[in-house]
This record gives sequence, structure tokens and C-alpha cells, in this order.
Amino acid sequence: MADAKITFEQVLHVAKLARLTLSDEEARQMQEQLDAILGYMEGLDELDVSDVPPTFHSIPMDAPMRPDVPERCSDRSEILEQAPESQSGGFAVPLVLEVE
Amino acid sequence: MSDFPWQSAFEIRDQVAGGSASAIEVTRAYLARAEALNPKLSCFLTIDHEGALAAAAQVDRARDAGEDLGPLAGVPIALKDNLCTRGVRTTCASQILGEYIPPYDAHVVEALRASGAVILGKTNLDEFAMGSSNENSSFANVHNPWALDRAPGGSSGGSACAAAAGLAPLALGSDTGGSVRQPAAFCGITAIKPTYGRVSRYGLVAFASSLDQIGPMARSVREASQLLQVIAGHDRRDATSADRQTGQYVAACDRGVKGLRVGVVRDLLDGLQDADVRAGVEAALSALEKEGATLVDVSLPHAKHAVSVYYLIATAEASSNLARFDGIRYGLRVPGEDLTETYTKTRAQGFGPEVRRRIMLGTYALSAGYYDAFYLKAQRVRTLIRRDYDTAFESCDVVCTPTTPTPAFALGEKTSNPLDMYLADIFTLPPSLAGLAAISTPCGLSASGLPIGLQLVAPPFEEEVLCSAGQVVEGGCGLVGSRPAALD
Repeated sequence: MADAKITFEQVLHVAKLARLTLSDEEARQMQEQLDAILGYMEGLDELDVSDVPPTFHSIPMDAPMRPDVPERCSDRSEILEQAPESQSGGFAVPLVLEVE
Repeated sequence: MSDFPWQSAFEIRDQVAGGSASAIEVTRAYLARAEALNPKLSCFLTIDHEGALAAAAQVDRARDAGEDLGPLAGVPIALKDNLCTRGVRTTCASQILGEYIPPYDAHVVEALRASGAVILGKTNLDEFAMGSSNENSSFANVHNPWALDRAPGGSSGGSACAAAAGLAPLALGSDTGGSVRQPAAFCGITAIKPTYGRVSRYGLVAFASSLDQIGPMARSVREASQLLQVIAGHDRRDATSADRQTGQYVAACDRGVKGLRVGVVRDLLDGLQDADVRAGVEAALSALEKEGATLVDVSLPHAKHAVSVYYLIATAEASSNLARFDGIRYGLRVPGEDLTETYTKTRAQGFGPEVRRRIMLGTYALSAGYYDAFYLKAQRVRTLIRRDYDTAFESCDVVCTPTTPTPAFALGEKTSNPLDMYLADIFTLPPSLAGLAAISTPCGLSASGLPIGLQLVAPPFEEEVLCSAGQVVEGGCGLVGSRPAALD
């Protein structure tokens, strides 16, 4: 991870991936802070873990099957009440496709 | 009502059940206190006057009708504002959730209602539970009731403050890397981080799904144990909820520690800079030894890497979990030219600086070319941290460290340096990464009168031993009976 430190361009790229807009000033500050954090994380380089399996779940658990039984869920109108915009029983979003 | 506002949950329930106080009377008193002190402490984001009185009236009706009362009948409780409450706004202290009103109750909220508890309101937190000082709330800073210029800790700082200041005997928080234990230590109360899977997270707004747990907070070990009893258990709505027998947590408080092997991480203890914290831990160890426990030296050689590992894994998971906040189905929407701009504008305005920073770090760690070097590597080192505990538990029953390297730091002290803030989590992160059960309970005061917290860690699903040992520490050097000075 010797080349881990993050560049200004990388910050902008990651912001795009994360669907965040950052002003130049915010991006510069972000770069500085992430650089310090990633620099600290280089400490992990002292460990050779190539033969160590990853732990994605701390407690071993399996995903048991359950019967697929239809159930009542929340009321649609109650859910749509929380939407910034709704229309005809659905969430309203900005136009995605032009329709002729 | 005797000893208001410092009665225990048990005393309140007895008074309500016995008829010497009505639940309405108790609730009115706590609501009045919360409303009077909240401007000074900012621990509540929402006080649910109406809902609390309605719940209390229901308890009183049940009592008058001679019905069986639940274990928390009439007991006021404060809930961290990342737990969904039907009909009561749930903000996560974020602007992006706006005035979001959940159409359902979290599992723990259902359990509380069934137990007769009276929900007073929703408490302040670091935005989306990301922080160690509560200064990442987008609404207000919480003040530590022991010294108002000090941080209450985070992220469950509002819940810790409410319990410590006598605004409620009980509170719930959530803990991803120390978020119930660290504020409990700073505010001089007890908190339990249950084993991963012990308590259902259904209705807890997700931060880092391989780490999040909901935990009880109270001024005594016995009350925290009672609250754990009420919320623990299997729930099929959370796929990670463990389908196994819960313990007898309140009964465990009376079992003592005779023959208990307490693992002391000696090199870590000797490396502590803060003499007060070291003295607090030594006092707790003496109390445990006096009651028949034996001390064994253990080591956690990889614990020092926990900050790196945690802040890679938790941020990666957060970046994924928080992708759902896009301005479409609930909460804030900042309209843009097209869909993408609507997303980016909503998220840029809706998330605060720390949340944005963590989303960025997590997105980076997961992104093409960096996944193996950061995220996967962190998951491998996590295995080493877990193995350290496996080895330690071969020779001991609980592992003991301080909860935090120092007592409560000052508000504003660490806000300009995020890394500095992260490093203060060094003791609470390792057990979280290993999914273990842990408790923080007070073990004395510093020279300047600030609480010090002791952390005990147990193997998976062995919360009972934490209740037994925590009770002994409380009896030996705890703070039950001490009152936060800043409220006078």
C-alpha cells in the first residue's frame, strides 16, 4: 500500500462514484483528511496476511430457509406519505427516458 | 414518588405496580424534567409528550384492571434517534431524513411497548451514529452532565446523557465500534454491547451491518441487565438474529465472581498515559480479586491495528448502506436537472461532513484497484484480531481493559482532526470486530471529577458473565449514588 495516498483527481472520481458533489474547497480538505487517514492505515503493511482467510461475519451463521408465505406489509399510502413526491400510487422521479 | 429523579427502573415499576405512584404521575414528572433540562443538555431531539402519556395511561388502566404488568411497566425510557418509532419522527440527527416518520416500530421498540415501558422521546446522536463525541449531530451538541464543556461521547451521547442526568432511568443506544460503551464511560453509566446477533436490528437504521448491535444503557448494571432481558432474543425479520436461548441477565447480577478468570491485557494497561484511568482499572481489578476472581495476563497483539481495520470495514459497509438515501422514497430531495443530479445534490446537502468523509473512505476502499489492498486486507486482519480473543479465552473468562484511554475530552478538542478522534476508539473496536459481548461500567472518578469506564469482554453469547462481573465492579468502585456535578 506504499502508493496508497490519494490524489485530488482520485477524490473527485470517488465522489462521483459515491454520488456526492464536492466543491473544490471541500475536495481539497477531503483529500488532506483522507490522506492522513490512509497514511495511518499503511501500518497494516507490517502484517503478511496473504494466508489468513478474511472474516466477513464475526459470528458463524448460516442463512436458514423459511416458508415463503405472503403477509400484509405496511399500508401503501402511509409509505407514500413519506415520499418527497408521489403520483398515481408510486414514487415520482425526474424524467429518466424521453418518450415520443 | 421517592428519590425522584434518581429512582431505579425496579423502584419505579414497584411503585406503579403497588399503586403508590401512577405511571401518568411518573411520566409527567420525567417529561417536565426533560423539558426543563434539555435546553442545557440537548440530549433529546424529540420529546414525545403525547405518546408517553398515552403509554402511561395504558399501564395505569392495565393495573386498575388487575392485568399482569410487564417487567418495565411505567418505566420511562429514552431511545436513540436511529431506532424507528411508528408515528414519531426518526432523524438519525441528519438533514437527509428531514421529518421522516417511520410507518413501523423497530423490534426493540415493540419489545419495550410490550414490557410496559414508557418511551419519553428520541435522543441526539452523531449523524447516522458516526462519531465519538456527538459533535456530528446536525442539530446540536450534547453536553456531558458531569462537566458541561466536555463531550458526552458518541455516538449514543444523547442516550448516555439522558440516563446520567436523571432524565430517564433507562435508555437504548446502538454500538458499531463502541457507541454505547464509550458514551457510557464518559457519562458515568453502564452500557452493554450484546453479542452480534443477540438483539434484532429490525428497525435500526443501518450503519455497518457486520458490526451494528443495539445496547441497553442505565445508571446501574442491574437495570442495564433488565433492559437486555427485555430486548434480547430471536427475530426472523433480522437475518443475522441468532436463534438461541437468551440468558438470565438480572439473576446473573447476583452470582458473584468466585473462580472467575479475568484476563488483564498487561502491556496495554502499562502503556496507558492517563494515570487516573490506570488507577480506575486497578481499583476494578482489586474489587474483582477481593470477591474471588483470579487475574491472568493475556495479550491481544493485533488490537493495535483495530482502528485501521475498523475504519476500513465500517466505512465500506456504510458507503453501501447509505446508498439508499437518494431523495426518492423518503426524506430530503434537492431537485436537479436530471436523476443523477437529484441524487448528488440531495446527498451533498443532506449529509454532514463526517458522514461524507466516511462514505468517501468506504467507497475508495471498495473501488476497483483498491479492494484487495484495503477492504480485503482489513477483513484478513480482522481474523487475526478474532484469533487473539480465541487464544485469550483459553486462559480466561473475561478480558478487561479500560473503555477509553482518557476520561471525557473537551467539546471541540478533536473536531479539527478526524484521525485523532478515531484513535480514541482503540479499546472498544477490537471486541466489535470480533462480534463479542462487552460491558462498560464506571470504575471511579478522575482527579478532576470525570467518570472512568471499565470494559469487560466475554465470548459470544456469554453476556451473563458480564452482568455478574459488572455488578462486582459496581459494588467495589462504581458510581451508583454519585450525581453528575454540573447539574447542581
